[in-house]
This record gives sequence, structure tokens and C-alpha cells, in this order.
Amino acid sequence: MKMTPKLATLLILAALVLLAPFLFPSNFYYRVGALIFVNSIAVTGIVILTGYAGQISLGHAGFAGIGAYACALAPAHFGIHPALAVVLGAAISALLAWLVGRPILRLKGYYLGVATLGLGILISMMLNNERQLTRGPDGIEVPELGLRALLKGWGLDLTNGQFWYYFCGLCMILGAWLALNLHNSPSGRALRALHGSEVAARTVGVDVARMKLQAFVISAVYASVSGSLLALQNKFITPDVAGFMHSIEMVTMAVLGGVGSVLGAIFGAAILTLLPQVLTVFAEYEQLVLGLVMMLVMIFLREGLLPSILRKLRRKGE
Amino acid sequence: MSELLQFLFSGVTVGAVYALVALGFTIIYNASDVVNFAQGEFVMLGGMITWFAHQAGIPLPIAAFLAISITAAIGVAMNKLAIEPARGAPIVSLIIITIGASIFLQGAAQLVFDKQIHDFPAFSGNTPIRVGGATILPQSLWVIGGALAVFVGLWIFFTRTLLGRAVLATSNNRLAAQLVGINTNFVMTLSFALSAGIGALAGVLATPITLTAYNVGIAFALKGFAGAMLGGMGNPKGALVGGFLIGLIEALTAGYLSSQYKDAAAFVVILLVLFVRPQGLFGRKSTDRV
Repeated sequence: MKMTPKLATLLILAALVLLAPFLFPSNFYYRVGALIFVNSIAVTGIVILTGYAGQISLGHAGFAGIGAYACALAPAHFGIHPALAVVLGAAISALLAWLVGRPILRLKGYYLGVATLGLGILISMMLNNERQLTRGPDGIEVPELGLRALLKGWGLDLTNGQFWYYFCGLCMILGAWLALNLHNSPSGRALRALHGSEVAARTVGVDVARMKLQAFVISAVYASVSGSLLALQNKFITPDVAGFMHSIEMVTMAVLGGVGSVLGAIFGAAILTLLPQVLTVFAEYEQLVLGLVMMLVMIFLREGLLPSILRKLRRKGE
Repeated sequence: MSELLQFLFSGVTVGAVYALVALGFTIIYNASDVVNFAQGEFVMLGGMITWFAHQAGIPLPIAAFLAISITAAIGVAMNKLAIEPARGAPIVSLIIITIGASIFLQGAAQLVFDKQIHDFPAFSGNTPIRVGGATILPQSLWVIGGALAVFVGLWIFFTRTLLGRAVLATSNNRLAAQLVGINTNFVMTLSFALSAGIGALAGVLATPITLTAYNVGIAFALKGFAGAMLGGMGNPKGALVGGFLIGLIEALTAGYLSSQYKDAAAFVVILLVLFVRPQGLFGRKSTDRV
């Protein structure tokens, strides 16, 4: 079999998921790993929207909020299984993205930024204010997914941390596989073409508005699933999941790592998820360091961390 | 009736602060095509430095002057260290850089100052002035007057002075401006100093009413950004009108609909305006060069 970049990416991800636990000093790291994978799923959606199609969203955490609260509310109110609630959340996010995306995606650059920002803030505000439904800023508990008990019945006995680590890892690889397939499909080529120049793409017959909407909807689903997994894993969720800072975090992870490739963006997610864990020792300096890292990487390594590192390695190899 | 007047007063007061932030956004955007998300931190710094200096025994006017000068210097440093080295970077990268700067400044403020909420005395006392059944604080008049004065000052600067026209020329076409002998680097420095100074002024004027803390900046930045976009990015008149409009919409929503959703109202209006006029209220339709 020929080693395509797609296959290489998937193999690298799978190897990392499987091998990393051998280096874990304690069980706590399963939890950190699972968090990295959850963020990676959201960030893969940003790769499709920003990396492929060149569109900006400063409100994608809103969709993560929808996914998360679907898992908290749907089982309690409609009695459906949490796994179905993930699908329901994704469907609602897709529908909302489709409805709002039409008018919003006509906007460009900063205007698109402020429109998506507004969308995200509206969602997060609803989660904060509709107390009788969401219990407001204090958060709400989320039911157990139940998959771990099922696996136990089949003879696969995992601790809670281990289960979520491998399950989210699997979901991340699945998400990466879908995104990589899209990259090489006619739709993916159309998206990358309109990223280069909308006018040029239009002249060769790309339905620019439709393709942008498609990318927006797909990335919303990624964000929603990521939010759902976070909620199910923590068994508790607060409206912060839909907040402005979470939107910024998603975009920053993707761009910092290298928004042009799935692997780069996931690398960014790993770095920015680990950074606060490392910095808890100097909690006072956390914001200072985070801000500094964001600025330095964007100034000196413009394509993102991973592409810049790879280029340096390649140059050394020659 | 007096109720409506009361809401209008509070809307105009907050709106004036938003308008000042929006004007700050506009100046930097015109000079460099960058939307500076750290604009709100300048407001925070204005308030916090004034409080700090005033508390150390420096008279209020001098403390305010110090705060505005120091913040302007921070603005210049930010341009030199973070914005200029990244010239030509894609919009997403620039957004991350300025948000990075914003987080950095917040982090620095909580180290240098503290995490408490602060204020300092109002400039002309706290006796409310009665107007037609409603009341307005003297400090509100300071805020509104400040916003209008800054707008008029900027208008004169940009249309009547050589330097101001050099800034406009640079924003129109950087290369052409350089060719006719305009020092575009100096124009950038000036724009950041001006913008940061105006932000700090907003902080100085508003703190006696709204109080200040290390983390108040982001809310100001979002509202000011929204105001600037509502009016049409890059247009000072649009920024002024947009800022006041956001303030009024917020106050009226809080008064008549729901105080919880007052922040939402502004963004709903922006979404609606952008659907109908993607270039904002006063923005000119842009055409793409192929």
C-alpha cells in the first residue's frame, strides 16, 4: 500500500494514542489526554472552516454549548439515550449553522468575525439566562453514557479515565479521517479553491455560497460533538463551554499548531491543553505566559508550530 | 416619560464609553487594517493606573494624565513589538496576536496591581442633576462631553491638519503615501498612541460610574468592536453613532425587555444590520480586486 499523507496522518495519530499511556506517570494523564482529544475534534472542524475554506468564526463554542447541553437536557426531558443526545445536538447545531450561515457567510473578514461572535454570545447568554431549563451559570449534571458498563460486560474492564481516553482518541481519529477524506474530495478542492480566490473559484463553476455553507455546517457539527463528549466525560457542564474565550481557544489552538493541516491543528490543541497544566505551578503568571505564547508564535512562526518545525527539520536533512 | 428619559440618559452614558472605544478601533484600523482586540485593555489600564496613582497620593488630574500617557506608551510598544513584525499576516493571525496582547495585558495588570474592584471619586461630585423628571450624574456629563470632544478633535485633526491628512493618506494607500514622502512608520506609532490614549481616557472618565478591575477590558472591547462594525469599520462618524446606538439599545432593552438579555440585544441588532447592509451603516461598499 502506498503511504499517502492521509494514511501517514492517521497512523501517527493512532500510534500517539496507543503509545502515550506507556509514558504516563499517573492515571491523571488519561484525563488530560482525553481533554486533548476532545479539543482536537473541535479544532479539526476549524481546520475545515478556516484552513480549507478560509472563513473565520469567533463563535464556534456556541455549537459546542449546544452539543453539551443536548447531552444534559435531552435525556432528562425526552428520556432519550445520551448517545442519541449527541446526535440530536449535532443535528440542532447543523440546522442552526445552516440557517444562520446563509446570511452570515456573505460577510468577509472582520465582519464575519463579529457576526459569528454575536451568534456565539447569544447562545452562551441563553444557556446562562434560561435558568428554569439550564440552571444558569452554576451548571447542570449530565447522565452517564453507559458505554463503559457495556464494554465491561464484554470483558473489557477499563477505568473511567482509560475509557474516556481511548474513546475520545477513537473519535478524534475518526474525525481526522473524515476531514482528510474531505480534503481530497471534489468538495475539498472547491473549498481550497475559494480560499485562494472566490472570484476565480466562481469562474470555474464552484458554487461559492453553497460550499462555504457546507464547510460552516460541517465544522459546527465537529464543535457540537466535541462539546457533547466534554459534557459526557465530565458528567457536568457549565455555560462556559459556549463562552467567547472557548471560541477563541478553539481558533487559537488550530492556528497556533498550523491551521492548514489536521495534524498541525491537533498538535496545537495538545500544546494549548497541556500549557495550563504545566502553568498551574505558576498560576499567577498563567495569563501572562499564554498571551506571550500566542503573540510570539503568530509573529515568528506564521504558518503555525508544526509546519514551521517540519520545515526546519527538512532543511536540516538536506 | 420620565422613565424613558432615565433609560436614555443611562444609554447615552454607556454609549459614550463604547463610542470612545469604537473610535480607538477605527484609528488603528485605518492606519494598519488591524482590528485591535486589546482596545478594551487600554480602557482598563486608564482606570487602573489612575486609581493606583491617586491612591499613592497623586492628585486626580495628574494621575489621570499619567494614566493616559503611560497607556499611550504601552500602545506604541504594542505596535512596535507585536503588530509591525506581523505585517501582512492573515486576519486570523492578527486577531490571535491582538487577543494574545489583551490576555498578556490582563495578566500583567493582575500582577502589577491586584484582582480587586476599584474606583476613584467622581470629578464634580455625586449630586444627581434633575432633568425633566429623570436624573443624571455629573460624571455622565463628563463621559458624554469627553466622547464628543474627542470626536470633534479627531475630525479637526483628520481634515484640517497636515499630519492628520498624512494618516488618512496612509490608510488609503500605504505605498503611495510613502512615495509622496509620508513617514508611514511614524503614522503607525501616532495612531497607536492616539488610540491607546483615547481608550485610557474612556477608562478615566467611566471608572467613577462603572468601576474598574483587571478583567473589565474584554467587555468594553466586544461592545466597542460591535459599535465600530455597526457604524461601518474605519469610519469615525460610524464609530461614534454605532457606539451610542449600542449603548442606547442596551439601556432600552434592560429597561423594557430584560436586563439579562441587554448584552444580547446589541448583537441581535448587529446581525440584522449586517444581513441587510454587510458593510455596516456608514461603510462604503467594498469591491474586490481580482
